[in-house]
Amino acid sequence: MATGENEPLISTAVTSRETERSARADETILEARGLDVHYGEDRALREVTAEIPERKVTAIIGPSGCGKSTFLRSINRMNDQIEVCRVEGDLLFRGKNVYDDDVDPVALRRKIGQVFQKPNPFPKSIRDNVTYGLRVQGKSATDDDVERALRGAALWSEVEGKLDSSGLDLSGGQQQRLCIARAIAPDPEVVLMDEPTSALDPVAASKIEDLIAELAREYTVVIVTHNMQQAARISDETMVFLTGGELVEFDDTATIFENPANQAVEDYITGKFG
Amino acid sequence: MATVSTDTDSGVLSDADLRWVKRKEVLFHATLFLASVFGVAMLGLLVFDVLFETAVGVLVLGIDVTTFLTSGASRDWERAGFLPAIIGSVWLVLLTLIFSFFLGVSTATYLEEYAPNTRTVRLIEANLTNLAGVPSVVYGLLALGVFVNGLRLGSILLAGSIALALLVVPIVIVASQEALRAVPSGVRDGSLATGATRWQTVRGVVLPAALPGIVTGTILALARAIGETAPLIMVGAVLQARQTPDPFSLFGSMPTMIYYWAFRPITEFHNLAALGILVLLTILVGMYGVAFFVRNRYERRL
Amino acid sequence: MSTDATTDPGPGITGDVAAADQRRDRLIRRVLFGCTSITVLTTIAIFVVLLDNTWGFFFDATFSQWLVRSVTSLTVEGLTQRIAVTEFLFDTEWRPSHADDPRFGIMTLVSATVLITVGAAFVSIPIGTAAALYLSEYASVRTRKYLKPTLEVLAGVPTIVYGFFAVSFVTPVLLRPVLELFGLSIGRNNVLSAMVVVGIMTIPMVASISEDAMRAVPDDLRNGAYALGASKYEVSTSVVLPASISGIFASYILAVSRAIGETMAVTLAAGATPTLTANPLAEVQTMTAYMVTTMRSTAGVGSITYQSLFAVGLVLFLMTLVANLINDYIKRRYREVYR
Repeated sequence: MATGENEPLISTAVTSRETERSARADETILEARGLDVHYGEDRALREVTAEIPERKVTAIIGPSGCGKSTFLRSINRMNDQIEVCRVEGDLLFRGKNVYDDDVDPVALRRKIGQVFQKPNPFPKSIRDNVTYGLRVQGKSATDDDVERALRGAALWSEVEGKLDSSGLDLSGGQQQRLCIARAIAPDPEVVLMDEPTSALDPVAASKIEDLIAELAREYTVVIVTHNMQQAARISDETMVFLTGGELVEFDDTATIFENPANQAVEDYITGKFG
Repeated sequence: MATVSTDTDSGVLSDADLRWVKRKEVLFHATLFLASVFGVAMLGLLVFDVLFETAVGVLVLGIDVTTFLTSGASRDWERAGFLPAIIGSVWLVLLTLIFSFFLGVSTATYLEEYAPNTRTVRLIEANLTNLAGVPSVVYGLLALGVFVNGLRLGSILLAGSIALALLVVPIVIVASQEALRAVPSGVRDGSLATGATRWQTVRGVVLPAALPGIVTGTILALARAIGETAPLIMVGAVLQARQTPDPFSLFGSMPTMIYYWAFRPITEFHNLAALGILVLLTILVGMYGVAFFVRNRYERRL
Repeated sequence: MSTDATTDPGPGITGDVAAADQRRDRLIRRVLFGCTSITVLTTIAIFVVLLDNTWGFFFDATFSQWLVRSVTSLTVEGLTQRIAVTEFLFDTEWRPSHADDPRFGIMTLVSATVLITVGAAFVSIPIGTAAALYLSEYASVRTRKYLKPTLEVLAGVPTIVYGFFAVSFVTPVLLRPVLELFGLSIGRNNVLSAMVVVGIMTIPMVASISEDAMRAVPDDLRNGAYALGASKYEVSTSVVLPASISGIFASYILAVSRAIGETMAVTLAAGATPTLTANPLAEVQTMTAYMVTTMRSTAGVGSITYQSLFAVGLVLFLMTLVANLINDYIKRRYREVYR
């Protein structure tokens, strides 16, 4: 997937995968309607409206501070942790506004997992890391569950014999895949990823990229990345945020990278902006 | 800088000026060094004094260490012993641990993991720093007024341990808060994003990760409690501990016994006090040792 | 908002899914808050116990006893004053167990406490500050690594041990021979030895907290001075000290507060004879020493001696409270400087 840095438009292998998968019905799983997010006085998101399709990889790109992580965190309401954060507008998960009063963020997060920028395994054994989500939901976790999740995260072969050693003893890339295993073990519907490879070396990062394509067979993946090549390589749909928390363009990844409608987006993608 | 640091270069300052600067520098350095060593020297003298008085007691006066460690207080210094005092202190520390650990860790958990950043919470934290500065004798008065005479418990060991627990709770809280703060926020986010409640996160991930720090801090707090004398005297500890106490009986303790012996005009008792101090300091060194072991062995980077 | 919610069976994100877990979370939160409020309750209890019993020192019943009596009899019960507030504050004698003419002039005890505190400050402040400067500016990393914890051990030694050290070493071995050279004699209990040991035990507080403040001074400031050709001495005294002065000052206040409340060392070292004096060779009784020595003779509840413990305790508590509040204030200001 060698993509020249200076090529104005990035052509990728995505298109072929795209056609193969578009056979399935494009059902919307997440929908933002005029979503506004404020941090105190600052407005981090501006009237974001978007429909994210099920079982696809949707990439969110844009310069730093553009609100892409904020958007991600507003999906599973991790923004609730920030005291000064205020959300307006709707964010629908399968048609239900997650900001409705009767929605429990804890229940929501059991449906929507997240992988963070910096690998954050718990200071526990690999097994306990994987089964954590099931246990907090009061479900029993079998060895099969552990194996399934670790296989799903392409980590099984590397940790098979040492499930009881600490998750902190793994390398950075392995830790991140452990975190992915942890996120998918309770079988969520959506997996959010916040720049999951930015803290990793290129080899570890490419393993995760391969994995993300696999994950989209079973889960809806929404991934924030600052790496445009990565977005082009792995995603089906791409959202472009530019400064001010505005969603400027949202389309097929191929369209965004080959023929963007918006001039600012083209400038950004070709490196004239940001 | 070069002009100041070399003798040969006298481009700016004359040799006389330089010599004065250097001399002042050396003098200052020496003064500061001596001041730092002063404390260490005093610690050395203190330990030497205790060892010396103990040696005199055992070697010259012939205090029998076995008798000392196996019997209770006596008017006769040759038959006086430390055992009930040791047992009393062990009971006190155990009960103090039970009362202060739960209370301290719970409070720290609330303040670090739950509390919103409101005025009330800031007030609670300010109150906490002030509590840490309240003289220990005042905690004794509190226990005397509320538990010994208010609730009519009498001067029992339990009342003494409550006084000690109230005294060390602020220490346990502050140590636990530091340990909780040292747990990276990524770990909390990871747990919350997995669909854990706040409490599941705290119990499942945060507290286990903070436990070594909490345990270390608690042991150090107990080390403070075991040497405390004034609060125990205020709740009416028996100064001459003759009988082995239980939580509901009158009681003595190591430091109160030492106080009694050190206060007596008959000098042989001072040697008994020295021996008692040696026992107390040995136990303290052991506690510090355990604390540092826990910290180095179990506290791992996250 | 979302109107689909009523028709859609829902994606399983509403409250009932994790309801049990959330209920437990809220319950635990309440329990933890309950524990937290005990710390506030402790402060309130200290105030109430001290004030209530101090009332019982001045009058023939504690405030609560008087209140209960008044409420049950539905009249304002009379009170007999036992001690005049003016006597307590201004009398120069403290002799509670005098058979014919007991006197309760707190000045005597307060002056002893203040005398020893000031003397101790003369030991701990210069030595502690110098040690802090050495640790922060001069000591190598290795030296600092061993020296700082060793100094902190001084703070971990029980105060009763310092008291023993005072009577068995400081007075007879250090002070007496030196004073005899000047033709002065010194008793077993004296102010000077108390000053010395309380000073020693508060050195680590001054050194440790001051050093933290000094290390918080940014290196840019130091380098600026070095670049002007300043010597290390000049940098220490004209850059580091002024820049960290509020933190250093906070450490002094803390040491003073600790010295005021110090009990066992001063009881053993300075003695049990209430004397209004500024003579460092005399035997005196501090507030704290009065409390523990009086408790030794087990004063009966309600007796004027018993109640006096609380009156003295209240004065002591208020003195340390003021010191702690000043410390709080300085610390808050100091934090803002470096933010």
